[in-house]
Amino acid sequence: MRPPKRLRRKAKSFVLLGLCGVAVLLMLAPLASILFTCFANGAGAITPAFFLKNPPSACNPNLGAPCPVGGVADAILGTLLLVALASLIALPLGILGGIYLSEFAERPLARPARFLADVMTGIPSIVIGVFVFGIFYFFAEEGWISSFSVISGYTGAVALAVIMIPVVARTCEEALRLVPISIREASLALGIPRHRTILRIVLSSARGGVLTGALLAVARAGGETAPLLLTAGFTTGTIFGLSGWTPSLPVLIYEFSAGGYANTTQLAWGAALILVLMMLVISVGARLALRNRFGGRSA
Amino acid sequence: MRGAQQRRTARAFDRAFGWFTVAAAATLIALPLLLVTIVAQNAWPALVRFGPGFLIGKLWDPNLPPITFGASTFIAGTLETSVIALLIGVPLSIGGAVFLAELAPDWLRAPVAAVVDLLAAVPSVVFGLWGLYVLVPYMRTSVDPFLAKYLGWSPLFAEHAGSQSGASILTASIILAIMILPTISSVSREALRATPDSQREAALSLGATRWEATRMGPLAYARTGIFGAAILGLGRAMGETMAVTMTVGNSDNFATSLFDPGQTLSSKIAINFGNALPLERAALVELGLILMALSLLVNVVARLLLRSMTRIGRTTA
Amino acid sequence: MSGDKVVVEHLNAWYGKTHAVQDISLSFPDKQATAIIGPSGCGKSTFIRCLNRIHETQPKARAEGKVLLDGDDVYQADPTEIRRKIGMVFQRPNVFPTMSIYGNVAAGLKLHGGYSRDEIDTLVIESLKKSALWDEVKEKLDQSALQLSGGQQQRLCIARALAVQPEVLLMDEPASALDPISTARIEDLIFDLKNQVPVIIVTHNMQQAARVADRTAFLYLGKLVEIAPTRDLFERPAEKLTESYITGRFG
Repeated sequence: MRPPKRLRRKAKSFVLLGLCGVAVLLMLAPLASILFTCFANGAGAITPAFFLKNPPSACNPNLGAPCPVGGVADAILGTLLLVALASLIALPLGILGGIYLSEFAERPLARPARFLADVMTGIPSIVIGVFVFGIFYFFAEEGWISSFSVISGYTGAVALAVIMIPVVARTCEEALRLVPISIREASLALGIPRHRTILRIVLSSARGGVLTGALLAVARAGGETAPLLLTAGFTTGTIFGLSGWTPSLPVLIYEFSAGGYANTTQLAWGAALILVLMMLVISVGARLALRNRFGGRSA
Repeated sequence: MRGAQQRRTARAFDRAFGWFTVAAAATLIALPLLLVTIVAQNAWPALVRFGPGFLIGKLWDPNLPPITFGASTFIAGTLETSVIALLIGVPLSIGGAVFLAELAPDWLRAPVAAVVDLLAAVPSVVFGLWGLYVLVPYMRTSVDPFLAKYLGWSPLFAEHAGSQSGASILTASIILAIMILPTISSVSREALRATPDSQREAALSLGATRWEATRMGPLAYARTGIFGAAILGLGRAMGETMAVTMTVGNSDNFATSLFDPGQTLSSKIAINFGNALPLERAALVELGLILMALSLLVNVVARLLLRSMTRIGRTTA
Repeated sequence: MSGDKVVVEHLNAWYGKTHAVQDISLSFPDKQATAIIGPSGCGKSTFIRCLNRIHETQPKARAEGKVLLDGDDVYQADPTEIRRKIGMVFQRPNVFPTMSIYGNVAAGLKLHGGYSRDEIDTLVIESLKKSALWDEVKEKLDQSALQLSGGQQQRLCIARALAVQPEVLLMDEPASALDPISTARIEDLIFDLKNQVPVIIVTHNMQQAARVADRTAFLYLGKLVEIAPTRDLFERPAEKLTESYITGRFG
């Protein structure tokens, strides 16, 4: 009885652990395939015109004349403006909020603020889009803004900011918590005022972690699509500031993904390639920065 | 005297800085409250008009009077896609996490784990584009016919007219499964790594094989954490929009087969929000409200589970 | 030689680059308890962890030499079978937190299979009685093992090890994490157990060695300094090193 049973157990162990190895390969395959297809389909689109021109407005290649490929200049500009404005709103608010959560943890707002920040990060981004659209729609109904401004770059930037704020606050809090209490006490014992202790000593000791968190939040905002679809809209025309419909790379990818016209599809792949590369560079960079700062000290 | 002056200035700064942080913390509290208010207010016309029947209504027709909106097709689509995503994604993630946490040598573990986590950095819309041009055709030409051939007897894998485009509930589920891999895998990996060596040795010392020791030790020890990770992944999957919108087929008809095109709460909002008239927009916002409620519920459960995991960790460490 | 249950010949073990066990040869007779003493870091834990081949499950750990169980080299055999035959109790109680008290004791039996429900029941009860835990847990066998006290958890670990009917029982400082009363119970237990199965116990506590062991081995810096009947070792040590250690001059 015994030996076959034992062999079966060993075989089972071998097979199941082997399957775990296969699972890792299956997990790596999609990323490889995504990168490969982005390069294969998008690399050809990356020409000077890609960065300098806008997409051809309306063109049907079946009607004879070949369609120009054009570029995604204003979508790149739009993404940069949207993310910049969103960061301008969200980074100060998020970092100050993180400081409150970490440095004033005993105060009454800290617990509900932390809990609600966590709740907020769990809300689907498209619902954030619905929410911010609702705010600006309300403004327009009250006559405070033009009804043409409900869908605009400003609305989009606010939506991105709302997504970023709780993320920045929580990562900033975590980074600040890594600073030993003794450093704070040493500074306070020298008679240095609390705000200066926090800004000069605590924040600067944790700046690597805070910056990394901020960078990751910015990256995430740059890749968001669904809320921008509802709030910032899309146009293939030239943009002047953020007051009108504002194209962005992610929304452009979505808008150009279907339709079946070779020229716009190629632009979508080019935009996807740029976007993925940006995200990967930021993500890898942030990881390396974090490891350099904290890797040696932990454990 | 100058010292006193400086101290006063410092105290004023202290106070001003303190108020700034309070304002920021208040923002953190105000945002979700405002969100619920605004979303509920915008959904109000639909809430009043359709009442609780909205949840079970099947029809979404903004054109022919009487105008009728019902959410059940989309609720079902969201639940279907995210549950199937879990069924595919959880075993893969756990298997991968076991390999990385328990089997892989140190030099392999860190880089492979980092690459797996990079998947989380790919924007949803790029998943969608990839899904549309790589996965959808592959499903149409290979996977769907294969499944239909061997599982076609079951209504879940029945082929209908209009279900052969490759964009379907199943395709969206697979995309979602891929997208939640890094979340589930990294949380599970941490839970597994948190298992004390003594647990593995307890099983090994009884004569367990390596798999049995993994099952009795780390997998059992970390099961709450892994379960929490799966629920966290469920939350992600339910809220995911773009990749699903681009691969699910966007049909308002109730999908009976996994090969049928369908629609989820989020994809319905994404597709129709831009050109909806006021009542339909209110109904779409109500879909958002339902989606929010579902994902909040799931996220709270996940958080509670993950917290209880750290508690178990403390009592047996 | 022939009456010895376990014979160790030229055993060497490494942990990374640390040569933790250096050329140790000794033997363990049946129906006796043998204590292994020495200052911390002398390799005594690594030594007994080589006997059931659990040492090699750690990363960067390896062992060389021969360990004979009834004359057969355990390093030539299947490690899962060896670990079933040579049970082990660890420094800290490591019950399976997700299993019941019953489930913990039955865990090994269920792994190896071939037992009927009744046989498992009988063996679980028998093992809990042997480990002097039965009276305390018989009313709550299906409750979580985590709610037992530390001393009870350690006796549960002993019951779990006994349930698979091992031929040798290794104990790696089994009482080091326990209070004095629990420690005394474990020591009584070892004294009873050695009549059924040879016990090899690592301890840094010389009183404990003196109380439970028939023979005692003294290890220092990875080497075996001396092994003798416990009384002799403590009263008339042959080596100077042993004498300085037991009189408390170092360690």
